[in-house]
Amino acid sequence: MNEQAIKDLLYKLADDQLILGHRNSEWTGFGPILEEDIAFSSMAQDKIGHSLAFYTLLQEFGEADPDTVAFTRNANQFHSSQLVELPNGEYDFSLIRHFLYDNAEFIRFEMLAQSSYEPIAKVATKLKGEVKYHVLHANTWIKNLGSSTEEAILRLQSSLNEALPYALGMFEKSKYEQELIDTGVYAGEEAVKAEWLKRIQAVIEKTELKLPDLESTAPKYGGRYGDHTEHLQPLLDEMAEVFKIDPTAEW
Amino acid sequence: MYGGGNVFEATKFDTLQNEDPAKLAEFEARIARGEKIEPTDWMPELYRKQLIRMIEQHAHSEIIGALPEGTWITRAPGFRRKMAQMAKVQDEVGHAQLLYSAAETLGKSREQMLTDLINGKSKYSNVFNYPAFTWADSNIISWLIDAGAIVNQLANAKGSYGPYCRALDRICAEEAFHLKYGHDAVVHMATGSPKQREMIQAALNRWWTPIMHFFGPPDKMSTHTEILMRWKVKMASNDDMRQQFLDMYVPKIWELGLTVPDPNLKKNPETGKWDYTEPDWEEFKRVINGDGPCNAERLAVRRTAEERGAWVRRALLHPKAKYVKPLA
Repeated sequence: MNEQAIKDLLYKLADDQLILGHRNSEWTGFGPILEEDIAFSSMAQDKIGHSLAFYTLLQEFGEADPDTVAFTRNANQFHSSQLVELPNGEYDFSLIRHFLYDNAEFIRFEMLAQSSYEPIAKVATKLKGEVKYHVLHANTWIKNLGSSTEEAILRLQSSLNEALPYALGMFEKSKYEQELIDTGVYAGEEAVKAEWLKRIQAVIEKTELKLPDLESTAPKYGGRYGDHTEHLQPLLDEMAEVFKIDPTAEW
Repeated sequence: MYGGGNVFEATKFDTLQNEDPAKLAEFEARIARGEKIEPTDWMPELYRKQLIRMIEQHAHSEIIGALPEGTWITRAPGFRRKMAQMAKVQDEVGHAQLLYSAAETLGKSREQMLTDLINGKSKYSNVFNYPAFTWADSNIISWLIDAGAIVNQLANAKGSYGPYCRALDRICAEEAFHLKYGHDAVVHMATGSPKQREMIQAALNRWWTPIMHFFGPPDKMSTHTEILMRWKVKMASNDDMRQQFLDMYVPKIWELGLTVPDPNLKKNPETGKWDYTEPDWEEFKRVINGDGPCNAERLAVRRTAEERGAWVRRALLHPKAKYVKPLA
Protein backbone atom coordinates (compact mmCIF):
# COMPACT_ATOMS: atom_id res chain seq x y z
CA MET A 1 0.00 0.00 0.00
CA ASN A 2 1.33 3.41 -0.97
CA GLU A 3 1.81 5.36 2.22
CA GLN A 4 1.89 8.71 0.42
CA ALA A 5 -1.49 8.03 -1.16
CA ILE A 6 -3.11 7.27 2.18
CA LYS A 7 -1.49 10.24 3.87
CA ASP A 8 -2.77 12.49 1.12
CA LEU A 9 -6.28 11.13 1.61
CA LEU A 10 -6.10 11.56 5.39
CA TYR A 11 -4.86 15.14 5.11
CA LYS A 12 -7.70 15.99 2.76
CA LEU A 13 -10.29 14.58 5.15
CA ALA A 14 -8.74 16.07 8.27
CA ASP A 15 -8.10 19.54 6.86
CA ASP A 16 -11.61 19.89 5.41
CA GLN A 17 -13.21 18.97 8.73
CA LEU A 18 -10.89 21.20 10.76
CA ILE A 19 -11.39 24.30 8.65
CA LEU A 20 -15.14 23.96 8.28
CA GLY A 21 -15.43 23.11 11.97
CA HIS A 22 -13.53 26.29 12.75
CA ARG A 23 -15.85 28.32 10.50
CA ASN A 24 -18.93 26.74 12.06
CA SER A 25 -17.69 27.67 15.51
CA GLU A 26 -17.61 31.31 14.46
CA TRP A 27 -21.41 31.27 14.57
CA THR A 28 -21.41 30.88 18.36
CA GLY A 29 -23.16 33.93 19.74
CA PHE A 30 -24.23 35.22 16.32
CA GLY A 31 -26.85 32.82 14.99
CA PRO A 32 -30.18 33.99 13.56
CA ILE A 33 -31.90 32.05 16.33
CA LEU A 34 -30.37 30.50 19.44
CA GLU A 35 -31.11 27.01 18.18
CA GLU A 36 -28.87 27.61 15.17
CA ASP A 37 -26.02 28.93 17.32
CA ILE A 38 -26.24 25.68 19.19
CA ALA A 39 -26.55 23.51 16.08
CA PHE A 40 -23.56 25.07 14.34
CA SER A 41 -21.54 24.69 17.52
CA SER A 42 -22.45 21.00 17.76
CA MET A 43 -21.39 20.43 14.19
CA ALA A 44 -18.19 22.38 14.80
CA GLN A 45 -17.35 20.16 17.76
CA ASP A 46 -18.05 17.01 15.74
CA LYS A 47 -16.00 18.17 12.77
CA ILE A 48 -13.01 19.24 14.80
CA GLY A 49 -13.24 15.94 16.65
CA HIS A 50 -13.21 14.14 13.29
CA SER A 51 -10.17 16.07 12.14
CA LEU A 52 -8.42 15.05 15.35
CA ALA A 53 -9.23 11.40 14.63
CA PHE A 54 -7.67 11.66 11.15
CA TYR A 55 -4.61 13.60 12.36
CA THR A 56 -4.16 10.88 14.96
CA LEU A 57 -4.07 8.28 12.18
CA LEU A 58 -1.51 10.43 10.38
CA GLN A 59 0.67 10.40 13.45
CA GLU A 60 0.90 6.64 13.06
CA PHE A 61 2.52 7.31 9.69
CA GLY A 62 5.19 9.35 11.40
CA GLU A 63 3.61 12.77 11.00
CA ALA A 64 3.87 15.23 13.91
CA ASP A 65 1.31 15.20 16.73
CA PRO A 66 -2.17 16.57 15.90
CA ASP A 67 -1.69 19.91 17.69
CA THR A 68 1.53 20.64 15.82
CA VAL A 69 0.05 19.58 12.50
CA ALA A 70 -3.13 21.60 12.94
CA PHE A 71 -1.72 24.69 14.62
CA THR A 72 1.63 25.27 12.95
CA ARG A 73 1.26 24.59 9.22
CA ASN A 74 0.86 27.39 6.71
CA ALA A 75 -2.00 27.70 4.23
CA ASN A 76 0.00 26.21 1.35
CA GLN A 77 0.43 23.01 3.38
CA PHE A 78 -3.32 22.53 3.78
CA HIS A 79 -5.20 20.03 1.60
CA SER A 80 -8.67 21.39 2.32
CA SER A 81 -10.95 22.50 -0.49
CA GLN A 82 -11.40 26.23 -0.99
CA LEU A 83 -15.09 25.84 -0.17
CA VAL A 84 -14.48 25.36 3.56
CA GLU A 85 -12.17 28.33 4.04
CA LEU A 86 -14.53 30.96 2.62
CA PRO A 87 -15.82 33.33 5.30
CA ASN A 88 -19.21 32.50 6.82
CA GLY A 89 -20.91 35.47 5.21
CA GLU A 90 -24.58 35.69 6.01
CA TYR A 91 -26.53 32.73 7.33
CA ASP A 92 -27.75 31.85 3.82
CA PHE A 93 -24.20 31.30 2.61
CA SER A 94 -23.22 29.26 5.67
CA LEU A 95 -26.32 27.12 5.30
CA ILE A 96 -25.79 26.49 1.58
CA ARG A 97 -22.14 25.61 2.13
CA HIS A 98 -23.11 23.29 4.97
CA PHE A 99 -25.68 21.62 2.69
CA LEU A 100 -23.29 21.19 -0.24
CA TYR A 101 -20.37 20.10 1.90
CA ASP A 102 -22.01 17.72 4.33
CA ASN A 103 -23.95 15.83 1.69
CA ALA A 104 -20.61 15.09 0.02
CA GLU A 105 -18.86 14.39 3.31
CA PHE A 106 -21.47 11.84 4.32
CA ILE A 107 -21.02 9.96 1.04
CA ARG A 108 -17.24 10.02 1.56
CA PHE A 109 -17.68 8.56 5.04
CA GLU A 110 -20.10 5.90 3.76
CA MET A 111 -17.57 4.87 1.12
CA LEU A 112 -14.63 5.01 3.49
CA ALA A 113 -16.47 2.76 5.92
CA GLN A 114 -15.93 0.10 3.20
CA SER A 115 -12.27 0.97 2.74
CA SER A 116 -9.72 -1.81 2.35
CA TYR A 117 -7.48 0.22 4.64
CA GLU A 118 -8.86 -0.84 7.99
CA PRO A 119 -7.87 2.08 10.24
CA ILE A 120 -9.77 4.50 7.98
CA ALA A 121 -12.72 2.14 7.68
CA LYS A 122 -12.95 1.93 11.46
CA VAL A 123 -12.87 5.68 12.00
CA ALA A 124 -15.32 6.35 9.16
CA THR A 125 -17.75 3.73 10.48
CA LYS A 126 -17.65 5.29 13.89
CA LEU A 127 -18.03 8.88 12.74
CA LYS A 128 -20.47 8.66 9.87
CA GLY A 129 -23.37 8.49 12.31
CA GLU A 130 -22.51 12.05 13.35
CA VAL A 131 -22.20 13.36 9.80
CA LYS A 132 -25.62 11.83 9.09
CA TYR A 133 -27.11 14.33 11.53
CA HIS A 134 -25.28 17.19 9.88
CA VAL A 135 -26.91 16.18 6.60
CA LEU A 136 -30.33 15.93 8.22
CA HIS A 137 -29.86 19.38 9.70
CA ALA A 138 -28.81 20.91 6.38
CA ASN A 139 -31.53 19.23 4.33
CA THR A 140 -34.23 20.15 6.83
CA TRP A 141 -33.31 23.83 6.74
CA ILE A 142 -32.88 23.96 2.97
CA LYS A 143 -36.31 22.40 2.47
CA ASN A 144 -37.83 24.71 5.04
CA LEU A 145 -36.32 28.04 4.01
CA GLY A 146 -36.09 27.12 0.33
CA SER A 147 -39.85 27.31 0.01
CA SER A 148 -40.66 30.19 2.31
CA THR A 149 -40.38 33.93 1.67
CA GLU A 150 -39.20 35.44 -1.58
CA GLU A 151 -36.40 37.09 0.39
CA ALA A 152 -35.17 33.77 1.75
CA ILE A 153 -35.37 32.05 -1.62
CA LEU A 154 -33.45 34.85 -3.34
CA ARG A 155 -30.77 34.83 -0.69
CA LEU A 156 -30.35 31.05 -0.83
CA GLN A 157 -30.33 31.01 -4.61
CA SER A 158 -27.67 33.68 -4.76
CA SER A 159 -25.53 31.81 -2.23
CA LEU A 160 -26.04 28.56 -4.11
CA ASN A 161 -24.81 30.21 -7.32
CA GLU A 162 -21.82 31.62 -5.49
CA ALA A 163 -20.88 28.43 -3.62
CA LEU A 164 -21.37 25.88 -6.38
CA PRO A 165 -18.03 26.38 -8.20
CA TYR A 166 -16.25 25.97 -4.86
CA ALA A 167 -18.38 22.93 -4.01
CA LEU A 168 -17.35 21.32 -7.30
CA GLY A 169 -13.78 22.07 -6.29
CA MET A 170 -14.19 19.57 -3.43
CA PHE A 171 -13.98 16.79 -6.02
CA GLU A 172 -10.55 17.75 -7.26
CA LYS A 173 -8.68 14.50 -7.77
CA SER A 174 -5.63 13.50 -5.83
CA LYS A 175 -2.52 12.55 -7.76
CA TYR A 176 -2.94 9.11 -6.22
CA GLU A 177 -6.60 8.84 -7.25
CA GLN A 178 -6.34 5.77 -9.47
CA GLU A 179 -4.13 3.95 -7.05
CA LEU A 180 -6.56 4.54 -4.17
CA ILE A 181 -9.40 3.23 -6.32
CA ASP A 182 -7.45 0.21 -7.57
CA THR A 183 -6.45 -0.83 -4.07
CA GLY A 184 -9.97 -0.38 -2.72
CA VAL A 185 -8.94 2.27 -0.23
CA TYR A 186 -11.31 4.91 -1.57
CA ALA A 187 -13.94 4.90 -4.28
CA GLY A 188 -12.63 8.18 -5.68
CA GLU A 189 -13.95 11.68 -6.24
CA GLU A 190 -15.90 10.91 -9.44
CA ALA A 191 -17.97 8.36 -7.58
CA VAL A 192 -18.59 10.72 -4.66
CA LYS A 193 -19.57 13.52 -7.00
CA ALA A 194 -22.06 11.41 -8.98
CA GLU A 195 -23.86 10.28 -5.84
CA TRP A 196 -23.69 13.79 -4.37
CA LEU A 197 -25.44 15.28 -7.37
CA LYS A 198 -28.29 12.83 -7.03
CA ARG A 199 -28.74 13.58 -3.36
CA ILE A 200 -28.57 17.35 -3.51
CA GLN A 201 -30.86 17.44 -6.53
CA ALA A 202 -33.45 15.40 -4.64
CA VAL A 203 -33.49 18.03 -1.90
CA ILE A 204 -33.40 21.05 -4.18
CA GLU A 205 -36.34 19.69 -6.17
CA LYS A 206 -38.46 19.98 -3.04
CA THR A 207 -37.79 23.71 -2.88
CA GLU A 208 -38.13 26.73 -5.12
CA LEU A 209 -34.38 26.81 -5.65
CA LYS A 210 -32.67 25.90 -8.91
CA LEU A 211 -29.36 24.14 -9.30
CA PRO A 212 -27.25 26.19 -11.74
CA ASP A 213 -26.16 24.51 -14.93
CA LEU A 214 -23.21 22.33 -14.05
CA GLU A 215 -21.81 22.20 -17.55
CA SER A 216 -21.17 25.92 -17.54
CA THR A 217 -19.85 26.02 -13.96
CA ALA A 218 -16.07 25.88 -13.73
CA PRO A 219 -14.93 24.17 -10.51
CA LYS A 220 -12.60 26.11 -8.21
CA TYR A 221 -9.73 23.69 -7.94
CA GLY A 222 -6.39 24.06 -6.20
CA GLY A 223 -7.19 23.55 -2.54
CA ARG A 224 -6.13 19.90 -2.51
CA TYR A 225 -2.69 20.98 -3.75
CA GLY A 226 -2.18 23.85 -1.31
CA ASP A 227 -3.51 26.61 -3.52
CA HIS A 228 -5.93 28.61 -1.41
CA THR A 229 -7.92 31.82 -1.39
CA GLU A 230 -6.72 34.80 0.64
CA HIS A 231 -9.04 33.69 3.44
CA LEU A 232 -7.20 30.63 4.72
CA GLN A 233 -3.97 32.13 6.08
CA PRO A 234 -5.72 34.71 8.31
CA LEU A 235 -7.93 31.91 9.68
CA LEU A 236 -4.84 29.85 10.50
CA ASP A 237 -3.07 32.83 12.05
CA GLU A 238 -6.04 33.42 14.31
CA MET A 239 -6.27 29.75 15.22
CA ALA A 240 -2.61 29.64 16.24
CA GLU A 241 -2.45 33.03 17.95
CA VAL A 242 -2.25 31.64 21.49
CA PHE A 243 -0.62 28.32 20.61
CA LYS A 244 2.32 30.12 19.01
CA ILE A 245 2.99 32.23 22.10
CA ASP A 246 4.77 29.11 23.29
CA PRO A 247 4.32 25.96 21.18
CA THR A 248 6.14 23.88 23.77
CA ALA A 249 3.89 24.98 26.63
CA GLU A 250 1.00 22.95 27.90
CA TRP A 251 -2.11 25.04 27.71
CA MET B 1 -23.42 32.56 34.07
CA TYR B 2 -25.18 35.02 36.20
CA GLY B 3 -24.70 36.75 39.47
CA GLY B 4 -26.67 38.74 41.97
CA GLY B 5 -25.33 41.91 40.42
CA ASN B 6 -28.65 42.53 38.77
CA VAL B 7 -30.97 45.32 39.68
CA PHE B 8 -34.40 44.67 41.05
CA GLU B 9 -37.08 47.17 40.33
CA ALA B 10 -38.01 49.19 43.38
CA THR B 11 -41.01 47.38 44.80
CA LYS B 12 -44.05 49.56 45.12
CA PHE B 13 -45.93 48.05 47.98
CA ASP B 14 -49.14 49.84 47.09
CA THR B 15 -49.39 47.68 43.97
CA LEU B 16 -50.11 44.82 46.32
CA GLN B 17 -53.18 46.62 47.59
CA ASN B 18 -54.93 45.82 44.31
CA GLU B 19 -54.43 42.10 44.86
CA ASP B 20 -57.12 39.89 46.41
CA PRO B 21 -55.99 39.60 50.09
CA ALA B 22 -57.24 36.02 50.43
CA LYS B 23 -55.40 34.87 47.29
CA LEU B 24 -52.30 36.75 48.34
CA ALA B 25 -52.34 35.12 51.77
CA GLU B 26 -52.74 31.66 50.21
CA PHE B 27 -49.92 32.40 47.75
CA GLU B 28 -47.57 33.43 50.55
CA ALA B 29 -48.58 30.41 52.63
CA ARG B 30 -47.77 28.09 49.73
CA ILE B 31 -44.32 29.62 49.35
CA ALA B 32 -43.74 29.44 53.09
CA ARG B 33 -44.60 25.71 52.94
CA GLY B 34 -41.93 25.28 50.26
CA GLU B 35 -44.34 24.65 47.40
CA LYS B 36 -43.42 25.69 43.87
CA ILE B 37 -45.51 28.20 41.97
CA GLU B 38 -46.37 26.97 38.47
CA PRO B 39 -47.22 29.06 35.37
CA THR B 40 -50.99 28.64 35.58
CA ASP B 41 -51.17 29.27 39.35
CA TRP B 42 -52.41 32.56 40.69
CA MET B 43 -49.62 35.00 41.49
CA PRO B 44 -49.43 38.69 42.35
CA GLU B 45 -48.54 40.95 39.43
CA LEU B 46 -45.48 42.16 41.30
CA TYR B 47 -44.18 38.60 41.62
CA ARG B 48 -44.72 37.99 37.91
CA LYS B 49 -43.01 41.25 37.00
CA GLN B 50 -39.98 40.70 39.20
CA LEU B 51 -39.54 37.13 38.05
CA ILE B 52 -39.73 38.05 34.38
CA ARG B 53 -37.16 40.72 35.07
CA MET B 54 -34.84 38.36 36.90
CA ILE B 55 -35.09 35.37 34.52
CA GLU B 56 -34.81 37.65 31.52
CA GLN B 57 -31.68 39.29 32.93
CA HIS B 58 -30.28 35.86 33.57
CA ALA B 59 -31.02 34.71 30.00
CA HIS B 60 -29.47 37.87 28.55
CA SER B 61 -26.40 37.31 30.72
CA GLU B 62 -25.97 33.89 29.16
CA ILE B 63 -25.99 35.10 25.55
CA ILE B 64 -23.97 38.23 26.24
CA GLY B 65 -21.67 36.12 28.41
CA ALA B 66 -21.03 33.92 25.38
CA LEU B 67 -19.33 36.87 23.66
CA PRO B 68 -16.16 37.50 25.74
CA GLU B 69 -15.39 33.77 25.89
CA GLY B 70 -16.67 33.14 22.38
CA THR B 71 -13.96 35.37 20.93
CA TRP B 72 -11.42 32.83 22.22
CA ILE B 73 -13.00 29.77 20.60
CA THR B 74 -11.21 30.45 17.33
CA ARG B 75 -7.94 31.10 19.14
CA ALA B 76 -7.97 28.35 21.80
CA PRO B 77 -4.55 26.68 21.89
CA GLY B 78 -4.66 23.03 20.89
CA PHE B 79 -7.43 20.55 20.18
CA ARG B 80 -8.26 19.82 23.78
CA ARG B 81 -8.93 23.45 24.69
CA LYS B 82 -10.55 24.30 21.39
CA MET B 83 -13.14 21.57 21.73
CA ALA B 84 -13.80 22.28 25.40
CA GLN B 85 -14.11 26.03 24.85
CA MET B 86 -16.64 25.44 22.08
CA ALA B 87 -18.68 23.08 24.21
CA LYS B 88 -18.55 25.41 27.18
CA VAL B 89 -19.74 28.49 25.31
CA GLN B 90 -22.37 26.41 23.53
CA ASP B 91 -23.70 25.41 26.94
CA GLU B 92 -24.11 29.08 27.84
CA VAL B 93 -26.20 29.69 24.73
CA GLY B 94 -28.21 26.60 25.63
CA HIS B 95 -28.81 28.07 29.07
CA ALA B 96 -30.19 31.20 27.45
CA GLN B 97 -32.56 29.04 25.43
CA LEU B 98 -33.79 27.27 28.58
CA LEU B 99 -34.17 30.51 30.49
CA TYR B 100 -36.03 32.38 27.76
CA SER B 101 -38.45 29.46 27.73
CA ALA B 102 -38.84 29.68 31.51
CA ALA B 103 -39.50 33.42 31.27
CA GLU B 104 -41.99 32.89 28.44
CA THR B 105 -44.16 30.87 30.82
CA LEU B 106 -44.79 34.17 32.59
CA GLY B 107 -46.16 35.81 29.46
CA LYS B 108 -43.30 37.64 27.75
CA SER B 109 -42.08 36.36 24.37
CA ARG B 110 -38.43 35.62 23.59
CA GLU B 111 -38.53 38.05 20.67
CA GLN B 112 -39.78 40.82 22.98
CA MET B 113 -37.06 40.05 25.54
CA LEU B 114 -34.37 40.19 22.87
CA THR B 115 -35.81 43.45 21.55
CA ASP B 116 -35.66 44.92 25.07
CA LEU B 117 -32.07 43.72 25.39
CA ILE B 118 -30.84 45.41 22.24
CA ASN B 119 -32.81 48.55 23.02
CA GLY B 120 -31.00 48.73 26.34
CA LYS B 121 -34.26 48.41 28.27
CA SER B 122 -33.30 45.24 30.09
CA LYS B 123 -30.01 44.51 31.76
CA TYR B 124 -27.56 41.63 31.95
CA SER B 125 -24.75 40.74 34.29
CA ASN B 126 -22.45 43.69 34.61
CA VAL B 127 -19.36 41.55 34.47
CA PHE B 128 -19.72 40.97 30.71
CA ASN B 129 -19.17 44.64 30.03
CA TYR B 130 -15.49 44.02 30.63
CA PRO B 131 -13.20 42.75 27.88
CA ALA B 132 -11.40 39.40 27.77
CA PHE B 133 -8.03 40.72 26.59
CA THR B 134 -6.15 37.43 26.50
CA TRP B 135 -6.70 33.70 26.56
CA ALA B 136 -5.99 33.89 30.30
CA ASP B 137 -8.94 36.26 30.81
CA SER B 138 -11.14 33.66 29.22
CA ASN B 139 -9.76 31.05 31.66
CA ILE B 140 -10.45 33.31 34.64
CA ILE B 141 -14.02 33.80 33.43
CA SER B 142 -14.51 30.06 32.98
CA TRP B 143 -13.27 29.36 36.45
CA LEU B 144 -14.19 32.22 38.74
CA ILE B 145 -17.16 33.84 37.05
CA ASP B 146 -18.72 30.43 36.59
CA ALA B 147 -17.90 29.69 40.22
CA GLY B 148 -19.69 32.86 41.27
CA ALA B 149 -22.61 31.98 39.05
CA ILE B 150 -22.90 28.58 40.68
CA VAL B 151 -23.05 30.15 44.14
CA ASN B 152 -25.86 32.37 42.95
CA GLN B 153 -27.71 29.77 40.93
CA LEU B 154 -27.60 27.02 43.53
CA ALA B 155 -29.29 29.47 45.89
CA ASN B 156 -31.86 30.50 43.30
CA ALA B 157 -32.61 26.89 42.39
CA LYS B 158 -34.33 26.66 45.78
CA GLY B 159 -36.60 29.55 44.88
CA SER B 160 -40.35 29.48 44.48
CA TYR B 161 -40.98 29.54 40.73
CA GLY B 162 -41.09 25.99 39.36
CA PRO B 163 -39.94 26.51 35.74
CA TYR B 164 -37.00 28.69 36.81
CA CYS B 165 -35.90 26.22 39.48
CA ARG B 166 -36.01 23.31 37.05
CA ALA B 167 -34.02 25.26 34.47
CA LEU B 168 -31.47 26.13 37.15
CA ASP B 169 -31.06 22.51 38.20
CA ARG B 170 -30.04 21.60 34.67
CA ILE B 171 -27.88 24.68 34.30
CA CYS B 172 -26.00 24.05 37.55
CA ALA B 173 -25.16 20.51 36.46
CA GLU B 174 -23.47 21.91 33.34
CA GLU B 175 -21.83 24.79 35.18
CA ALA B 176 -20.15 22.25 37.44
CA PHE B 177 -18.28 21.00 34.34
CA HIS B 178 -17.39 24.54 33.35
CA LEU B 179 -15.90 25.07 36.75
CA LYS B 180 -13.70 21.98 36.34
CA TYR B 181 -12.71 23.08 32.85
CA GLY B 182 -11.90 26.61 34.01
CA HIS B 183 -9.95 25.37 36.99
CA ASP B 184 -7.98 22.94 34.87
CA ALA B 185 -7.10 25.69 32.37
CA VAL B 186 -6.04 28.07 35.16
CA VAL B 187 -3.94 25.34 36.80
CA HIS B 188 -2.10 24.78 33.49
CA MET B 189 -1.41 28.49 33.19
CA ALA B 190 -0.44 29.00 36.82
CA THR B 191 1.95 26.05 36.80
CA GLY B 192 3.20 26.63 33.26
CA SER B 193 5.90 28.79 31.72
CA PRO B 194 6.80 32.21 33.19
CA LYS B 195 4.85 33.80 30.34
CA GLN B 196 1.76 31.74 31.15
CA ARG B 197 2.01 32.60 34.85
CA GLU B 198 2.35 36.26 34.02
CA MET B 199 -0.69 36.09 31.73
CA ILE B 200 -2.93 34.42 34.29
CA GLN B 201 -1.92 36.75 37.14
CA ALA B 202 -2.56 39.80 34.96
CA ALA B 203 -5.97 38.43 34.02
CA LEU B 204 -6.87 37.79 37.66
CA ASN B 205 -5.84 41.34 38.52
CA ARG B 206 -8.08 42.69 35.77
CA TRP B 207 -11.04 40.56 36.76
CA TRP B 208 -10.95 40.94 40.53
CA THR B 209 -13.13 44.05 40.66
CA PRO B 210 -15.73 42.65 38.24
CA ILE B 211 -15.76 39.44 40.30
CA MET B 212 -16.43 41.37 43.50
CA HIS B 213 -19.10 43.35 41.67
CA PHE B 214 -20.63 40.14 40.38
CA PHE B 215 -22.66 39.51 43.53
CA GLY B 216 -24.15 42.99 43.55
CA PRO B 217 -23.91 45.97 45.88
CA PRO B 218 -23.45 45.44 49.63
CA ASP B 219 -26.65 44.64 51.51
CA LYS B 220 -26.58 48.00 53.21
CA MET B 221 -26.86 49.62 49.78
CA SER B 222 -29.54 47.37 48.32
CA THR B 223 -33.04 48.08 49.45
CA HIS B 224 -36.42 46.60 48.65
CA THR B 225 -35.33 43.02 48.83
CA GLU B 226 -37.30 41.93 51.91
CA ILE B 227 -40.49 41.00 50.08
CA LEU B 228 -38.49 39.36 47.29
CA MET B 229 -36.77 37.16 49.84
CA ARG B 230 -40.09 36.31 51.51
CA TRP B 231 -41.45 35.28 48.11
CA LYS B 232 -38.30 33.30 47.45
CA VAL B 233 -37.47 35.28 44.34
CA LYS B 234 -34.17 36.39 45.79
CA MET B 235 -32.71 33.59 47.86
CA ALA B 236 -29.56 34.92 49.46
CA SER B 237 -28.21 38.35 50.21
CA ASN B 238 -25.46 39.78 48.01
CA ASP B 239 -23.00 39.90 50.90
CA ASP B 240 -23.73 36.32 51.94
CA MET B 241 -23.08 35.08 48.41
CA ARG B 242 -19.88 37.10 48.16
CA GLN B 243 -18.67 35.67 51.47
CA GLN B 244 -19.50 32.15 50.35
CA PHE B 245 -17.56 32.66 47.13
CA LEU B 246 -14.51 34.07 48.94
CA ASP B 247 -14.60 31.20 51.38
CA MET B 248 -14.59 28.62 48.61
CA TYR B 249 -12.22 30.18 46.09
CA VAL B 250 -9.67 32.48 47.72
CA PRO B 251 -7.82 29.50 49.24
CA LYS B 252 -7.82 27.80 45.82
CA ILE B 253 -6.41 30.94 44.19
CA TRP B 254 -3.66 31.19 46.79
CA GLU B 255 -2.92 27.50 46.48
CA LEU B 256 -1.90 28.12 42.84
CA GLY B 257 0.60 30.75 43.93
CA LEU B 258 -1.50 33.55 42.51
CA THR B 259 -2.14 36.73 44.41
CA VAL B 260 -5.38 38.64 44.81
CA PRO B 261 -5.00 42.35 44.13
CA ASP B 262 -6.49 43.42 47.46
CA PRO B 263 -4.00 43.91 50.34
CA ASN B 264 -6.88 43.92 52.82
CA LEU B 265 -8.27 40.56 51.83
CA LYS B 266 -8.09 38.18 54.79
CA LYS B 267 -10.34 36.03 56.84
CA ASN B 268 -11.21 37.75 60.10
CA PRO B 269 -10.72 35.14 62.83
CA GLU B 270 -13.20 36.89 65.11
CA THR B 271 -16.13 37.20 62.75
CA GLY B 272 -15.21 34.19 60.60
CA LYS B 273 -15.88 36.41 57.61
CA TRP B 274 -13.66 37.83 54.93
CA ASP B 275 -12.50 41.40 55.23
CA TYR B 276 -11.87 43.09 51.91
CA THR B 277 -11.63 46.46 50.28
CA GLU B 278 -15.03 47.48 48.95
CA PRO B 279 -14.78 47.54 45.18
CA ASP B 280 -15.68 50.82 43.55
CA TRP B 281 -19.48 50.79 43.61
CA GLU B 282 -19.66 54.03 41.66
CA GLU B 283 -17.92 52.18 38.83
CA PHE B 284 -20.49 49.39 39.19
CA LYS B 285 -23.33 51.88 38.81
CA ARG B 286 -21.66 53.58 35.89
CA VAL B 287 -21.08 50.31 34.07
CA ILE B 288 -24.54 48.93 34.70
CA ASN B 289 -26.01 52.17 33.38
CA GLY B 290 -24.17 51.74 30.11
CA ASP B 291 -20.81 53.38 30.59
CA GLY B 292 -18.54 50.35 30.85
CA PRO B 293 -15.66 49.42 28.58
CA CYS B 294 -17.73 47.04 26.43
CA ASN B 295 -21.43 47.91 26.87
CA ALA B 296 -21.76 49.51 23.47
CA GLU B 297 -19.78 46.77 21.73
CA ARG B 298 -21.75 43.93 23.35
CA LEU B 299 -25.10 45.41 22.42
CA ALA B 300 -23.91 46.30 18.94
CA VAL B 301 -22.86 42.70 18.34
CA ARG B 302 -26.18 41.42 19.59
CA ARG B 303 -28.09 43.98 17.55
CA THR B 304 -26.18 43.03 14.41
CA ALA B 305 -26.86 39.35 15.03
CA GLU B 306 -30.58 40.08 15.46
CA GLU B 307 -30.75 42.22 12.35
CA ARG B 308 -28.76 39.85 10.18
CA GLY B 309 -30.90 36.93 11.31
CA ALA B 310 -34.25 38.69 10.96
CA TRP B 311 -34.90 37.28 7.48
CA VAL B 312 -34.53 33.74 8.84
CA ARG B 313 -37.11 34.35 11.54
CA ARG B 314 -39.46 35.99 9.03
CA ALA B 315 -39.05 33.00 6.71
CA LEU B 316 -39.78 30.53 9.50
CA LEU B 317 -43.03 32.32 10.27
CA HIS B 318 -44.05 32.41 6.62
CA PRO B 319 -47.15 30.31 5.85
CA LYS B 320 -45.39 28.84 2.79
CA ALA B 321 -42.53 27.53 4.92
CA LYS B 322 -42.93 23.78 4.85
CA TYR B 323 -42.86 22.01 8.12
CA VAL B 324 -40.16 19.45 7.65
CA LYS B 325 -40.01 16.60 10.07
CA PRO B 326 -36.55 17.15 11.53
CA LEU B 327 -35.42 13.57 11.12
CA ALA B 328 -37.11 12.87 7.80
